Amino acid sequence: MNPFSSGTRLRDMIRAIRACKTAAEERAVVRKECAAIRASINENDNDYRHRNLAKLMFIHMLGYPTHFGQMECLKLIASPGFPEKRIGYLGLMLLLDERQEVLMLVTNSLKQDLNHTNQYIVGLALCALGNICSAEMARDLAPEVERLLQFRDPNIRKKAALCSIRIIKKVPDLAENFINPATALLREKHHGVLITGVQLCTDLCKISPEALEHIRKKCTDGLVRTLRDLANSPYSPEYDIAGITDPFLHIRLLKLLRVLGEGDADASDSMNDILAQVATKTETNKVAGNAILYECVQTIMSVEDNGGLRVLAINILGRFLSNRDNNIRYVALNMLMKAVTVDAQAVQRHRATILECVKDSDASIRKRALELVYVLVNETNVKPLAKELVDYLEVSDHDFREDLTAKICSIVAKFSPDKIWYIDQMLKVLSEAGNFVKDEVWHALIVVISNASELHGYTVRALYRAFQTSAEQEILVRVTVWCIGEYGDMLVNNIGMLDIEDPITVTESDAVDVVEIAIKRHASDLTTKAMALVALLKLSSRFPSCSERIREIIVQFKGNFVLELQQRSIEFNSIIAKHQNIRSMLVERMPVLDEATFVGRRAGSLPGTASSTTAPSVSLPNGVSKPVAPLVDLLDLSSDDAPAPSSSGGDLLHDLLGVDLSPASQSGAGKTSNSGTDVLLDLLSIGSPSAPSSSSTIDILSSNTSNKAPVSPLSDLSPLSLSSRATSNAGAAPMMDLLDGFSSSPPTDSNGPPALPSITAFESSHLRLTFDFSKQPGNPQTTIIQATFMNLSSDTYTDFVFQAAVPKFLQLHLDPASSNTLPAAGNGSVTQSLKVTNSQHGKKSLVMRIRIAYKINGKDTLEEGQINNFPRDL
Amino acid sequence: MIKAVLIMNTQGKPRLTKFYEFLPVERQQEAIHNVFAVLCSRPEHVSNFVNAESIFGPDARLVYKHFATLYFVFIFDSSENELAILDLIQVFVETLDKCFRNVCELDVVFNYSKIHTILDEIIFGGQVLETSSAEVMKAVEEISKLEAASNAINLVPKSVSGWRTR
Repeated sequence: MNPFSSGTRLRDMIRAIRACKTAAEERAVVRKECAAIRASINENDNDYRHRNLAKLMFIHMLGYPTHFGQMECLKLIASPGFPEKRIGYLGLMLLLDERQEVLMLVTNSLKQDLNHTNQYIVGLALCALGNICSAEMARDLAPEVERLLQFRDPNIRKKAALCSIRIIKKVPDLAENFINPATALLREKHHGVLITGVQLCTDLCKISPEALEHIRKKCTDGLVRTLRDLANSPYSPEYDIAGITDPFLHIRLLKLLRVLGEGDADASDSMNDILAQVATKTETNKVAGNAILYECVQTIMSVEDNGGLRVLAINILGRFLSNRDNNIRYVALNMLMKAVTVDAQAVQRHRATILECVKDSDASIRKRALELVYVLVNETNVKPLAKELVDYLEVSDHDFREDLTAKICSIVAKFSPDKIWYIDQMLKVLSEAGNFVKDEVWHALIVVISNASELHGYTVRALYRAFQTSAEQEILVRVTVWCIGEYGDMLVNNIGMLDIEDPITVTESDAVDVVEIAIKRHASDLTTKAMALVALLKLSSRFPSCSERIREIIVQFKGNFVLELQQRSIEFNSIIAKHQNIRSMLVERMPVLDEATFVGRRAGSLPGTASSTTAPSVSLPNGVSKPVAPLVDLLDLSSDDAPAPSSSGGDLLHDLLGVDLSPASQSGAGKTSNSGTDVLLDLLSIGSPSAPSSSSTIDILSSNTSNKAPVSPLSDLSPLSLSSRATSNAGAAPMMDLLDGFSSSPPTDSNGPPALPSITAFESSHLRLTFDFSKQPGNPQTTIIQATFMNLSSDTYTDFVFQAAVPKFLQLHLDPASSNTLPAAGNGSVTQSLKVTNSQHGKKSLVMRIRIAYKINGKDTLEEGQINNFPRDL
Repeated sequence: MIKAVLIMNTQGKPRLTKFYEFLPVERQQEAIHNVFAVLCSRPEHVSNFVNAESIFGPDARLVYKHFATLYFVFIFDSSENELAILDLIQVFVETLDKCFRNVCELDVVFNYSKIHTILDEIIFGGQVLETSSAEVMKAVEEISKLEAASNAINLVPKSVSGWRTR
């Protein structure tokens, strides 16, 4: 005898394995046992085959390979004794699966055992077949199983019924053979056979439409009767579970009725009464009773509608929600989720109870309840629901907050009735759970704030207050910093005060404090700090009194290790210190962000790369170009996903400053097509033909800009240029008034010594243009040009428009012309004043491109030219 | 249908595993491991239902019950009623209790082939076969008797039928 297999019995092996302290020890024991079993198998040891297989099953359960024992199963099954067969079939079910070819060898043994005189051996064979039968075995053995459905012993009949399910699942073609024997089972009195018969019929209906039709026609009434008898039957201790009579049979019957009633009005109709009875009469203080109710509700929701029943069903689920048992609340929520699609109105009635479940102590119930609430929210109930959820946010579990926050944000964004409510709710969320708010959510919030011009003041004050209490919420800090940067002046001056607000007193220095706290906060990340730097730059222009303090804060980041911050620090410092004159222009308030574009851009594929390492290089020698990088960021909503438009920083600046120094000089040079003219026309619409140079110019200007604002896309960065156009145009208005008074008299007269010579800037056969220059004392960079147009022809020019464009180092203001009609043959002139600021004063001289459009006898004429003969040092 | 029945102890050792849908052995072990990871991280006093789609694929649900040192875990699909499965676990455990008089983990360890026989009388190929523990007991006792009789006749070594010593 093999030395290994001598001693150990099954119990000893299990004890040895249990005694192992480590996995390695266990492996060693198992290895030894397996070696012994293999040796025993090789010796073809009949006596121990039974025991070896029992051991192998245990080893298999622990996850070790046991394939070498497969043949032993077959040998045991083929042996005559019952214990051998029992272990053999058990091993067959555990160690083999339907994919192994070895299985084919067992078909014959199975066939013999299915016909065995011992019904327990027949039971074993059926059980094995029901667990592992393959399609081929199903075909071979289906007649045996079919015959066994009529076996005298009910225990075999019920096993045969379940075995038939496996067979028809493997080979659906065989289904029709089973229809008649299956329906015969439905008339059984034996509980076990009935339950399996119902199960078989259910599966037949699912697999074969013919079976469904047949059973629906022949058996529906019988099943209804069976269910009624069952529901009305007196207490029978045999099948009762916790005082409910046979809940499993109830459930199986209800499930089969569901299959039969689905999509068939007649069948549904015949089962309505019993469904109503089960729904109303079933005991509800036990799990078993609720299991029946739950199944009944599912059936009611699936069969054809007869109104009242569904409401009844949903009310049952509503009752489940206030059950103390977690399991019942759980299934009720799952079911309500499905019911919403069928009858949302009925589910809405249980909103309050569902909302309570959001606060459940069980995380999986909370999660489901929240999903359900999310589905239930609509325009009419969003306010109370959102309020409840936001209130709950304060006390909710930490790990639930992320989910809850996301859902609240989504609800609020989707259904908010007005902007102030939206902003209020978002601020509450940010204060409570700001750290969980996703980027796109607060980006969207900023877009909304930006669009709600009447709420700017309110929002920035509310944020200021929120910041005082919840400065630890990163996202709240970001939004606060952004808003203070943009609307700091409104915060300080209490502009746009709403009735509902309490007035607060915030000094300029308080506002700067907030940004300083944000930037010095240990927890602030790069984005927040970068946004805070931009906000500081903006505040330096809004609050001149704090400018020096702000510069000091900014300078502290000069040596920051993060390139992005260092760069911003240095550039902003340079803007504050050296470029006073353009600073206010650079840090204009952001244009209204276009909501549609934001949504579109979010939907589109946006590379979510951080710009901290990809900031545009700013090695240009040109002083003005330096602030390009921060400007890109200024324009974008968040500093770290700056879009990368094909246009370079230079284009951007060109757009930015395009108002005053019109881009035509560049675009004209780059592309000589007419596209430039449209831009120019837009930009310089002051004196356009449609606009008479009358006193209404200001109105036209303002309406022009407001009309255009929403059209311009955010993505091409032009809105900023647009807004600065708006503001600079508005700024030009008072000056125009000023100049109106003495437009007739050359400013040179009123302006000190006329040291500068006049030039003939442009001369053609029809037209002469002369420039007279003057300087304002103490502002050498700015030149005021008085342009005088002379008509050299004999025709009167109407609709006269003069347009000019300058390179980017220049800024140009055009005031309206004195008239848009130029009388013929020098009988009069049109004058127009221009103001040019040369940021490169002393290094570069002025240059200008002009375009003059007018009509001669109604015919359009266009003249273009470039003026290079400006005096030096302008 | 029921996809699997697992009994494991609170240390994650499997005590009985029965899969009614084919899974390779490695995947079985992985699933057992994952189920245990889910169960041991669940706090007390929460529902007995777990969404098991991440472990057993789409439409898989898991119901478990915790008795002393053992978890009884049933995995099934949406065609079964969760609450009814909860009752079925109750039936299973009650039957074990009747068989072993206050069943404990050791009973399950040393008599797992008998436990399999009991389970086979309750669940058959993933379908519920019998829900009355008295009926199950009757069937199991018949099988035991038959086995004992055969053993006497066939002179099979006593040690092989571990469960007869019970």
